[in-house]
Amino acid sequence: MSKEKFDYFVKGDKGKYEVVIGLEVHAQVLSNSKLFSGSSTKFGADPNKQVSLIDSAFPGMLPVINEECVKQAVRTGLGLNARINNYSVFDRKNYFYADLPQGYQISQYKNPIVGEGKVVLDMPYGSKEIGIERLHLEQDAGKSIHDMDPSSTYVDLNRSGIALMEIVSKPDLRSPDEVNAYIKKLRTIMRYLGTCDGNMQEGSLRADVNISVRKVGDKNFGTRCEIKNVNSIKFMQMAIEYEANRQVELLEEGKQIDQETRLFDTKKNETRSMRSKEDAHDYRYFPDPDLLPLKLEQKLIDDLKKSLPELPDNKKERFIQEYGLNSYEANVLVSEKEISDYYEEVAKLSDKKLAATWMMGDLFAMLNDKGLNISNSPISAKNFAELVQSIKSGEISGRIAKEVFEIMVESGDNPKKIIESKGMKQQSDPKELEKMINEILSKNKDKVDQYKAGKEKLFGFFVGQVMKLSGGKANPQLTNEILKKLLKG
Amino acid sequence: MSNITNQSLSEILESIKSKKISSLELTQAYIKNIENAKKLNAFVTTTFDQALENAKKFDNKPNNEKLLNGIPLAVKDLFCTENVKTTAGSNILNNFVPSYESTVTKNLWNNGAFLLGKLNCDEFAMGSSNETSFFGNVINPIGDHLVPGGSSGGSSSALAADLTPATIGTDTGGSIRQPASFTGTVGLKPTYGLCSRWGIVAFASSLDQAGPMTKTVNDCSIMLEAMSGFDEKDSTSINKKKETYSKNLKDNIKGLKIGIPKEYRVENMPKEIDELWEKGKKILKDLGAQLIDISLPHTKYALPTYYIVAPAEASSNLARYDGVRYGYRSQKGKDLIEMYENTRSEGFGDEVKRRILIGTYVLSSGYYDAYYLKAQKVRQLIKKDFDDSFTKVDAILTPSTPSSAFKIGEKANDPVSMYLNDIFTVPVNLAGLPALSIPAGLDKQGYPLGLQLIGKALDEQKILNIGYAFEKNCGYKNEIKKWWS
Repeated sequence: MSKEKFDYFVKGDKGKYEVVIGLEVHAQVLSNSKLFSGSSTKFGADPNKQVSLIDSAFPGMLPVINEECVKQAVRTGLGLNARINNYSVFDRKNYFYADLPQGYQISQYKNPIVGEGKVVLDMPYGSKEIGIERLHLEQDAGKSIHDMDPSSTYVDLNRSGIALMEIVSKPDLRSPDEVNAYIKKLRTIMRYLGTCDGNMQEGSLRADVNISVRKVGDKNFGTRCEIKNVNSIKFMQMAIEYEANRQVELLEEGKQIDQETRLFDTKKNETRSMRSKEDAHDYRYFPDPDLLPLKLEQKLIDDLKKSLPELPDNKKERFIQEYGLNSYEANVLVSEKEISDYYEEVAKLSDKKLAATWMMGDLFAMLNDKGLNISNSPISAKNFAELVQSIKSGEISGRIAKEVFEIMVESGDNPKKIIESKGMKQQSDPKELEKMINEILSKNKDKVDQYKAGKEKLFGFFVGQVMKLSGGKANPQLTNEILKKLLKG
Repeated sequence: MSNITNQSLSEILESIKSKKISSLELTQAYIKNIENAKKLNAFVTTTFDQALENAKKFDNKPNNEKLLNGIPLAVKDLFCTENVKTTAGSNILNNFVPSYESTVTKNLWNNGAFLLGKLNCDEFAMGSSNETSFFGNVINPIGDHLVPGGSSGGSSSALAADLTPATIGTDTGGSIRQPASFTGTVGLKPTYGLCSRWGIVAFASSLDQAGPMTKTVNDCSIMLEAMSGFDEKDSTSINKKKETYSKNLKDNIKGLKIGIPKEYRVENMPKEIDELWEKGKKILKDLGAQLIDISLPHTKYALPTYYIVAPAEASSNLARYDGVRYGYRSQKGKDLIEMYENTRSEGFGDEVKRRILIGTYVLSSGYYDAYYLKAQKVRQLIKKDFDDSFTKVDAILTPSTPSSAFKIGEKANDPVSMYLNDIFTVPVNLAGLPALSIPAGLDKQGYPLGLQLIGKALDEQKILNIGYAFEKNCGYKNEIKKWWS
C-alpha cells in the first residue's frame, strides 16, 4: 500500500498550526465486585441497588482492596508494554459532591501501579508510537440526576466505588484520526486481555482530552485546555476539531489561551469553559490512611505476564507470517479478538488468503448491514470455511458462492447441503463441457467463421452461451480452455 | 450484694460463675446506679430493656466458657451499635442509628457481654475534657467541678462511678489514658492494628485505636483479650494469633529493663508529677526491675506533629457528614453548596470545625510540604526513637499526664493549653505502640494521677505484667464518695 503523508494542520493567516493532544482514558475494570467493596458491578440495575455501606460511606466503614482489580490493572499495564510498580499508594482526592459519598475519591497520585509504556498505532502514513505516561486505579463516583424533579437532585450510587483504570497518554497524538486509532487500539488491547469491555455506551470507556496548538516547527507546547468526560470517539473528534480551531483563532487575534477545563456541548458542537485555572480544585491529595501501600510480589507480576493472551500486535505479525496476509488484512482481522478467533478457525479448515478476502468482503458487509457482530454471526466459522473451500476447489464459482452465502445467512445451513439440494455444483467435467461447447459451436457456425476470420471479440459471446446453457454452473476457467482449444481446431 | 457494682470485673465474673449473683441482679444494680447518676451526664443513650432481656437470657442458660459471661457493658458512643443510636457526641449524627455492629463491640458480645448503654465523649473524639460533646460535658466522679478527661470522658466517669463494670474507649492521642489517669482507673491503648477499627466512627485513621478501660490491670487483660483480634474488614488490622492475656498475666518482673526518658521531664511540670514518677521508679526497682536512662530526642516535636497529622486525616474523614445520605441535614439553603455549608455549620461544634480547618489548611497545595509532609517525616523519627530505645529496654515508664484533672471550663477557651495535656500520650500514637495508664497516687488536692507504661509493638502482655506487679505494690485505691446520688 502506498503511504500517504500525515496532513492534519489548522491553517491560520499567520501560518500552519500543529494540534497536540493527550488523553486521560477512564476504563472500567472488568470485575464482579467494586474496587473496595463486595457490591456487584453489573450494568443496568435499578438505582441504588448495588450499594454497600462502604460505597455509601457510612460511619466507620473501611475500604479493602479487591485483588482481582489489582490483577486486572497489572494485566493492562503488561498489555501496554509498561513498567509495573511493585510499590504503589492509594491517595485520597478530596472534594465535595452529592454523588461522592466519602467526600473523597480513592485514587493513586504520586505512586501509580503502572508506569511508562507504549501503544503502536497503524496509520495510513506508517506506524506511530504513542507513549503511555501512567495507569492508576481509582474509584468511580455515583451519578447525579438533575432532571427527575424540578427542585431536587437524585443520586444513584450504583457506580460509586466501581474500579476504574485511568490511562494517561503522553502528548503524542496529533489529529482526530490518531485519537480514533488510539482509543480503538486501547480498547482492542483491553478486550483481548479481558480487563475492560470497552463499552462506550455504558460508560465503560470515557476520556478527558487535553489539547494545545503550536505553529509547525515550534518546539514548545502551547497552553492546553482540558475537555472533560467525552464519551464517544465521534464526540472526541468533534471536540478536538472545534477546540483546535478556537485556539488557533485566539492566537491569530494575538490573544492568550487560558489554561482551563472545558465541557463539550454535543448539541451545539462546541466546547465551553467550565472552570479556569484559578478556580481549579485543590484536591488536597494525601495517602489514604485506611489502606496500606500496595506491594506486589515480582512473582505475581511474572505469573500474570506468563498467563497473558496473545496480544493484537503479536497476533498481527503471526497472521502475516503464518497465513501470508498483508499488513492491512492482518490489521483488520486482529482488530477484535472475536474476529481473529473466527478467522483462525476458518483458516484452519480452508484457504487462508481466500478466507481473509471473503471475511473482509461479504461476511463483514452482511454483519454491518444487519447490525450484528462476529460473535452472533448467522454463519458459523465451520460453515464459512466449507464455503471458502468449495470456491477454492472449484466446486462452485464465485458468483454461485454469493448465492450460497445468501442462503446460508437466511437458513444457517451448511453450504454443501445447499449446493447439493439446489444443484448448484459447478460443471467441471471436461467431457461434459466439451459436449456442450460442441453443441453451441455447431449451432453458430456463422459466428465461428467470423471468429476465425479475426473477430476475436466473439469469444465472450461463446462463453455467455455456455453459461446460459449450463445455468451458470460451467466452470469458467475450464470453459475458457476448452473453447479456445475447439475454436482453434 | 449491695456492693457488687464497686467490685472489679474479675470479681464480678467470679460471682456470676459461682451464682452468687445472677446477670439480671447485676444488670439491675447497674441500672439503678445509672439512674441515680444522671448528674454525671456520662450516658448519651441507655439500652436498659435490651440489657435486662439479655441478662434474663443468660440466666436461663448460663454458659461460663467465654470471657465476659452475663456482663452488661456500656461503651463509648463512637462504636457503631446495631439498631442503637450512635452519635459520636455530635449533632450531625444525633439521629443516626447504624444497621451494623462494630467489630470490637461484636467481639465483646460474642464473648458473652451485652450492651448497657452508650457513653458520652468529646465530639468525634476531639477533646481532652469531654467538654466538646454536643450532649454537654461529663463530670468527673472525683469532684463535681472536675472534667473526667477526654475524649473517652463518659467512659472514665461511668467506670469510676460504678455505672459499668468495665468499658471501652478509643485513643487517638491519649483519649483512653488521660481520662483513666484523671479518674484513677486503668486504661490501655493497644498496638495500632490489634483491635479492628471497622465500625468505629473515624477521627484520625492512622492513629485511632480502641482499647479497654477498667478498674484493675487483670480486668484490662480480660477486656483486651475479648475485644482484640484480626479483622479482614480492616486493611490495617494485624493478622496474628490471638493471645490469652489474662491467663498469662504474671507479677514477676525481675530483671526487666525499664527505660526512663529524660525528655519527659517537661518545663513547668508540677512537682507532684515528678514525685509520682520517682515513686513509680522505686516500686519497679524494688520489684527487681532495672532502670535505664534513655533518650527520645524527638519527643518535643510529637505534639505539633500530632496536631498536623490528626486534623489532616480528620478533615478528610469527616467530609462524609454532608447531610446527603444520613445524619443531620439543615433545612436551610437554596442549593447543594448552601445545604453543605448550613448542615456542617449547624452539625459540627467549634472544636471539630477548628480541626477541620487546620487539617484542610495543612493539606492545601502550597502548604502540604511544609506541614503534612514534614510532619510525616518527623513521625518516622519519633518512631525510630522508640525503636532504638526498645533495643535496650523492655518498657518505658513516664507520667500519663502533666497534671491531674482540671476544672470544668478551665481550659475550654484555650485550645493550646488543652492540647498540651496530651504531651505524654501522643508520641505513643504516632509510633503505633501499646501503652498502659495505671493509677499511681494522688496529688495534694486528692485527685488521682497515673503513670504510663509504653511497650514495644504487640508487647501488650509485658506492659500488662509490669502494670499488674506495680498495681499490687502501689497501694492505690480509688475511694470515691457518691456525692451525686
